[in-house]
Amino acid sequence: MATEETGGGMTGYIKHHLHHMEVNGLHVDSIAVKVALALFFVVLFLRVARRATAGVPGKLQCFIEMLVEFVDQMVKETFHGRGRLVAPLALTIFCLVFMMNFMDMLPVDLLPGAYQALSAHPHEAYLRVVPTADLNTTLGMAFTVFLLIQYYGIKHKGLATFFGEFLTAPFHAEGVVGKIACAVPNLLLRLIEEAVRPVSLSLRLFGNMYGGELIFILIACMTLGASLSSGLTYVMMPVQFVADFIWTAFHVLVITLQAFIFMMLTIVYLSMAAEHH
Amino acid sequence: MNIGITLVIQGLAFFAVAWLVMTFGWPNIMSAIEERQKKIADGLAAADRGQKDLDDAKAQAAEIVKEARVKAAQVIDQANRRSNALVDEAKGTASAEADRVVAAARDTIAIDSARARGELRTEVAALAVQGASQLLGREVNAAAHADLLERLAAQIEQGAVAK
Repeated sequence: MATEETGGGMTGYIKHHLHHMEVNGLHVDSIAVKVALALFFVVLFLRVARRATAGVPGKLQCFIEMLVEFVDQMVKETFHGRGRLVAPLALTIFCLVFMMNFMDMLPVDLLPGAYQALSAHPHEAYLRVVPTADLNTTLGMAFTVFLLIQYYGIKHKGLATFFGEFLTAPFHAEGVVGKIACAVPNLLLRLIEEAVRPVSLSLRLFGNMYGGELIFILIACMTLGASLSSGLTYVMMPVQFVADFIWTAFHVLVITLQAFIFMMLTIVYLSMAAEHH
Repeated sequence: MNIGITLVIQGLAFFAVAWLVMTFGWPNIMSAIEERQKKIADGLAAADRGQKDLDDAKAQAAEIVKEARVKAAQVIDQANRRSNALVDEAKGTASAEADRVVAAARDTIAIDSARARGELRTEVAALAVQGASQLLGREVNAAAHADLLERLAAQIEQGAVAK
């Protein structure tokens, strides 16, 4: 593998792990994993929804009902505008982001290693399995949310009020002179505010997942290239195990929290867009 | 290349976390799910029971109404019979009373007519004696001709009755 060639091993290993499977600049691995997870999500929920019974539900239906109720509760508490899209959107975001994050839980070498082992050219066999550790994925989702925010703003306020608010909020003033004086800072603030949302939304998730993945890779470096004939290997093996265990266990919380934050912020942003200033 | 050891340890750590989740997280989720299932089942059972109770109560109410209706019919029937009996009794009493009154009246009439007849007879006898004495121009001894007078009176009486 790449380790032998690049010397030191570690750098090559890390570089290899952070390299996307690319076709014409498209990160095929991120897209494939995301599509696969989305399909799984849709098929699972559709099956359960189709078999849903008004009587005593099965365990899976129960679980999904609890999930739906949890998200619905969040939306009801936060979002007061009109919009039947918000709750399903929030549920989809939560589940999908969670599942994509969950790919980080799998042993960091499992799928890439398997892919390398099966590939005819192991050195070029790049695979990253955590779509949310790819800025393209998170930015894409955040941009979709951004567009929805604008749509909800226009839908709830009308075009005139929506664009009027660019100049009249957050600073209010009496008189023509004051209004004109406030217009420029208002516009600037609004543009920054709008631009910051998708950026922060995507970077937060991406940073957490990328950092998490990187730490898994670094932990994996402890026994990288180790030989069972070396005494050091027997010291490093339990250390790696413990470190990996702790980080994985901790990461369970991180991935859930990040999925929840992404969902919650989406609801909050949409709710703010639907409100008059 | 010895990614093997690394991967094995990663796998072990993964299963350790999976075990952790299975031991401490999973039971909580399962118990929440089971509690929810139980709640739903209980709720449905309670609803069924409520429905059944309602049906029972309705049936019971219908039964009671039916019974009451029968009883009312019986009471009305009884009352009718009683009133009929009363009317009959009253009718009986009244007709007996009427008979009695009629009988009493008849008795009175009979007594009165007998007395009147007696008086009439005496008067007829007196008139006959008086008439005879005027015809004869002398006194007729009523006592001497009592027998004759008596027969005459009886004849008049018979004539009156025949008329």
